[in-house]
Amino acid sequence: MNLHEYQARDILRRYGIPVPEGEVAKTPAEVRTIAEKLARAGASGVVIKAQVHAGGRGKAGGVKLAKSPDEAEAVAAKILGMQIKGLTVHLVLVAPAAEIKTESYVGFIVDRVTQRPVLMVSPAGGIDIEEVAAKTPDKIHQLAIDPRFGLLPHQALAMGFKLYADVAQARAAAEVMQRLYATVYGVGASLVEINPLITNSAGAVVALDAKLVVDDNELDRHEEIAALRDSTAEDPSEVRAREAGLTFIKLEGKVGCCVNGAGLAMATMDLVKFYGGEPANFLDIGGSSNPQKVVAALQIITAEPAVRAILFNIFGGITRCDDVANGIVQATQAFPLKVPIVIRLTGTNEKEAVQILTKAGFQALTDMDEAVKQAVAKSKGGAAA
Amino acid sequence: MSIFINKQTRLVVQGITGRDGSFHTKQMLEYGTQVVAGVTPGKGGQKFEAKVPVFNTMADAVAATNAGTSVIYVPAAFAASAIYEAADAGIKLIICITEGVPVLDMTKAMPFVRERGARLIGPNCPGLISPGQSKVGIIPGNICKPGKIGVVSRSGTLTYEIIHQLSTNGHGQSTCVGIGGDPIIGTNFIDCLQAFEQDPETAAVVMIGEIGGSDEQQAADFVRSKMKKPVVGFIAGQTAPPGRRMGHAGAIISGAGGTAAEKMQAFERAGISVMKRPADVVPLLKQRL
Repeated sequence: MNLHEYQARDILRRYGIPVPEGEVAKTPAEVRTIAEKLARAGASGVVIKAQVHAGGRGKAGGVKLAKSPDEAEAVAAKILGMQIKGLTVHLVLVAPAAEIKTESYVGFIVDRVTQRPVLMVSPAGGIDIEEVAAKTPDKIHQLAIDPRFGLLPHQALAMGFKLYADVAQARAAAEVMQRLYATVYGVGASLVEINPLITNSAGAVVALDAKLVVDDNELDRHEEIAALRDSTAEDPSEVRAREAGLTFIKLEGKVGCCVNGAGLAMATMDLVKFYGGEPANFLDIGGSSNPQKVVAALQIITAEPAVRAILFNIFGGITRCDDVANGIVQATQAFPLKVPIVIRLTGTNEKEAVQILTKAGFQALTDMDEAVKQAVAKSKGGAAA
Repeated sequence: MSIFINKQTRLVVQGITGRDGSFHTKQMLEYGTQVVAGVTPGKGGQKFEAKVPVFNTMADAVAATNAGTSVIYVPAAFAASAIYEAADAGIKLIICITEGVPVLDMTKAMPFVRERGARLIGPNCPGLISPGQSKVGIIPGNICKPGKIGVVSRSGTLTYEIIHQLSTNGHGQSTCVGIGGDPIIGTNFIDCLQAFEQDPETAAVVMIGEIGGSDEQQAADFVRSKMKKPVVGFIAGQTAPPGRRMGHAGAIISGAGGTAAEKMQAFERAGISVMKRPADVVPLLKQRL
């Protein structure tokens, strides 16, 4: 689960990392009030930052400076409501403009190869770290951490010296790294980044931006983090699918796919493309033949007007194909379809399943390639090839 | 022959009385797997299906039955704990079926398992089957046939699909291993490829990968430099958008790496026959055998 920057800043502050103050606002008037308050507290200006789950906010015009409360209100009116990578900005963060002397990067990822949390630091902060990695890989320093001992003080200090020559600043950065490491295990993060970690004119080391991604599998044990989910920042169909216990990802094509198992779901989408069609979605219905799940899946798929045909691809292993067939029949009685459907089932009790579906007036197949070809043809409005 | 499990495998089921554990234990018993014990704390002394003794702890189960392999069906929040307990009890092969195990739990469990000389398969995997000998996990036994093809995969139902195509076209399997769809897993492609290469009864290997990470690329290097047996490969997720998790926690294209195209190219460079679609598995194997 992605957190917004303001949520990540709150969490980092709770773990003792120096983060400048700031508040969120939903309207230009609220932005003005916050800017006035910050001005009274001595801020020379404010920065207004769009809170959306997308990278490259600055480049898209979602991050702007304002020298006065008037200007802040005007800038906020432009940012609120704008689209960044297809996402509407509903919320902005207003923070005092910082005097930046230097910009660094500090982050942790969970690395698949070493199977450890890896600390990454770079003195080239403020820009996309992948760009740094591609252009100047020597400016990125990495350390895989043994989670049984954690990030040891001397390791953190050595990484601090990769960022700053000054011992006080190196120590301050090391402190940030250790607290950030505690954050990773504390909230169950799969990624955390401070970019940039700055030094200001007073020489203090401060986290100016924060990105935090929490492992979805950790949410059950971190209710306070799960409660931070912003469903308005996600695609509505994906929110619905999650609530129905389905994994769904919306795409742009015309063939709606409903498959049991993630690997088979991907392979089915790939086969749609192979036969000249475009998949409308990824949908893993899981091992269930529960008609309610089938109804939810059909509703989510057909809510997208671009969908011209639906393709079911079910491999019956432990799940029996005849159970799934009954589920489909019941589901489509409760929720009649307006687009053609092609159903393919294979594995345990496939013959019974085909009989059940054929009797109910459906076209049922056992061959995956044949079913995909037919679904693609139907999505183009033609007869099966 | 086979890899990792065979007729002699003596299995303990961790979470034997739970919904999934009891269902799949029945299936394993029906298949002929030697399920010698189960563990559910508080249910020690009971018998599962009137024949499998249940113990409170793994230590008790291993002491009483001398089992060497365990399979885990406990809920995600307790899965890491079950892995520690199995390794501590001296189990040398631990198969964790549970899906949804926090990845940070695995960063701690992996060094623990390694230091005790155990092998972990999974988590978030369907387990493995050596057809006609033993089945540990949830791969449906009825779609498999004994034979000479080794199968290794990150997926579940996609693996069944390919096993089904193999079986119905006369290609039985030595062992089929589902290594799991999570970012941190105990046994990777290379571990399985190495075992298949050394197994005299395996003639060829089918490897099924997907987007995310670089395990397939490393496996391709291994095939090129260390393997004599033919390998046929598939990568799922050619149409997956970057930055999105495609069901499996590990199936995400992040940054420049991890795409299906990159992995398929790595396969081709290593001399692996690349399937464009699952139905290609049988014709490609015929070419290579």
